Amino acid sequence: MNAVPPLMLFSVSPVAPELVLVGLGLLLVGIASFPKVPKLIMPSVTALGALVALMLLYTTSSGATSLMNMLVMDGYSRFFKTICLVALLLTVLISERYRTAVDMRHGEYYCLMIFAVVGMMVMISAVDLIMLYVGLELMALSVYCLVGLLKHDTRANEAALKYFLMGAFSSGFFLYGLTLIYGLTGTTQLSELAQRIALLDLSANYALLAGLGLVAVAFAFKVAAAPFHMWTPDVYEGAPTAVTAFMSVAPKAASFAVLGRVLMEGFPMMHDQWGPLLAVFALLSMAVGNIVAIAQTNIKRMLAYSSIAHAGYALLGILAGTAEGLSATMNYLLIYALMSLGAFAIIVHLSSRDGRGERLEDYKGLAQDNPLAALLMLLFMFSLTGIPPTAGFMGKLYLLIAIMNAGHLWLALGAVLFSAISAYYYLRLVRYMYMHEAKPAPRLVFSFGVAAALCVSVFGVAALGVVPSAVLAWAGQAMLGF
Amino acid sequence: MVPISWYLTLSAAIFSVGVYGFLTRRNVILMFLSLELMLNAANLNLVALGHYMGDLRGPILTFFVIAVAAAEAAIGLGLVVALFRNRRTVYADELTELKG
Repeated sequence: MNAVPPLMLFSVSPVAPELVLVGLGLLLVGIASFPKVPKLIMPSVTALGALVALMLLYTTSSGATSLMNMLVMDGYSRFFKTICLVALLLTVLISERYRTAVDMRHGEYYCLMIFAVVGMMVMISAVDLIMLYVGLELMALSVYCLVGLLKHDTRANEAALKYFLMGAFSSGFFLYGLTLIYGLTGTTQLSELAQRIALLDLSANYALLAGLGLVAVAFAFKVAAAPFHMWTPDVYEGAPTAVTAFMSVAPKAASFAVLGRVLMEGFPMMHDQWGPLLAVFALLSMAVGNIVAIAQTNIKRMLAYSSIAHAGYALLGILAGTAEGLSATMNYLLIYALMSLGAFAIIVHLSSRDGRGERLEDYKGLAQDNPLAALLMLLFMFSLTGIPPTAGFMGKLYLLIAIMNAGHLWLALGAVLFSAISAYYYLRLVRYMYMHEAKPAPRLVFSFGVAAALCVSVFGVAALGVVPSAVLAWAGQAMLGF
Repeated sequence: MVPISWYLTLSAAIFSVGVYGFLTRRNVILMFLSLELMLNAANLNLVALGHYMGDLRGPILTFFVIAVAAAEAAIGLGLVVALFRNRRTVYADELTELKG
């Protein structure tokens, strides 16, 4: 690294999307401090920024590094950053409707969301544990604030505090595990890590195993995998619905990106140790998520348990430890992002100040008053269950193929079994919408943002179900630069 | 010179105290204190290891950790203040509005 000339230490182009978003976030902090800002300025600027960042993502060359080789721009990070930016875009689109519905007029809402996404992008690109930690914290701190934004709402207070406590606790684990890894290998760079472990023959060292275990547990917290999922239902329920939509997708995708990169690039030779650990997490998540979801009466809580179960499915591809598995996970996360955000867009569409749209009962007879909303919800529920020809089915299919090729037949069977159980609660919602008498409810008109978000997610869920190989090929391609 | 193992043992002990405190205390402020202990155990490790190996990465990361811990404390205390204004409590087991 000493041979690098000083100017090369900071090359702008690999981090251009992050820089644009940071600049925009700061600009919005400034705009938000003015008392009278036209309502649509903040969301439009944010959406525009997300689009520009997406564009910049595809104009920089692959494999470039920046900030003393701490950040890399490769196909892998581009794929995950796309998921995060799409999540940001869709969340911004549904936010205005929600903010009007519950009268949440905080200017800092969009700034925090942008900074959270910058944190995720740094995490995704980080090939050095120091940068990884900084990105992780930037994301986590912004999202804590977003959850607690409605500070007069006691449920939001409680959710934010629980999220903060669990999040900070898991960061402590991550950091301590990191110090153990650093102490044993003398490096924080992921690629050097693998070399040093092989060179010093550390793969059976207990302290290194402890370090790796702590890091794995910390990220199990972040992706909401059982048995570290306790915070998820409470936080998803208490947070403002638009924030829940964002949280169910973006931080999860970023944490999976880190998990995949750290384990596959930093500790490939220790797959025998982390593989079984993740297998336990995956099975538990699928079991707990799908079974406990049946008992829920609040749709946000139900989707929280569903997101735990989906974290379990997505873990399958990583624990396989193969390129095929990782690309199946990437594919699945993109599909999950679209279907989850779509379902939350419908919840936001139905939401009102008195909390309507959150109880499962509110969906009874929805098909009579709002047939289009019910139809779209049906599509998302089918996709979350994994019924063909939706994208959810194809995503699960590729995961199952990958895990079976890696020789874990039992895990595949477990995934199929729990996925069958999940049909009960997803389809119960469909039954409520279509086979119950309607309560008198207002006919709602789709707002522009919600309609746009729904168009994107419906198109994604349908297209990826019909032409599934496109994204998988893209994910496989992305892996080449890994 | 103090051997490195002393530092590592001390740091492991502090980390354990932090984890134990976090899991057993129900007062949110004391839970924050335990979190700080965990972070500072990691800091101690980093500084000791960095010094022992003659490597600057450990101490550099320590600076980042200190800055992040400050931000974390600000946000955490902010959340507690918001909670206290609405509910008049700082005890984690009284946070029972969300369950199921």
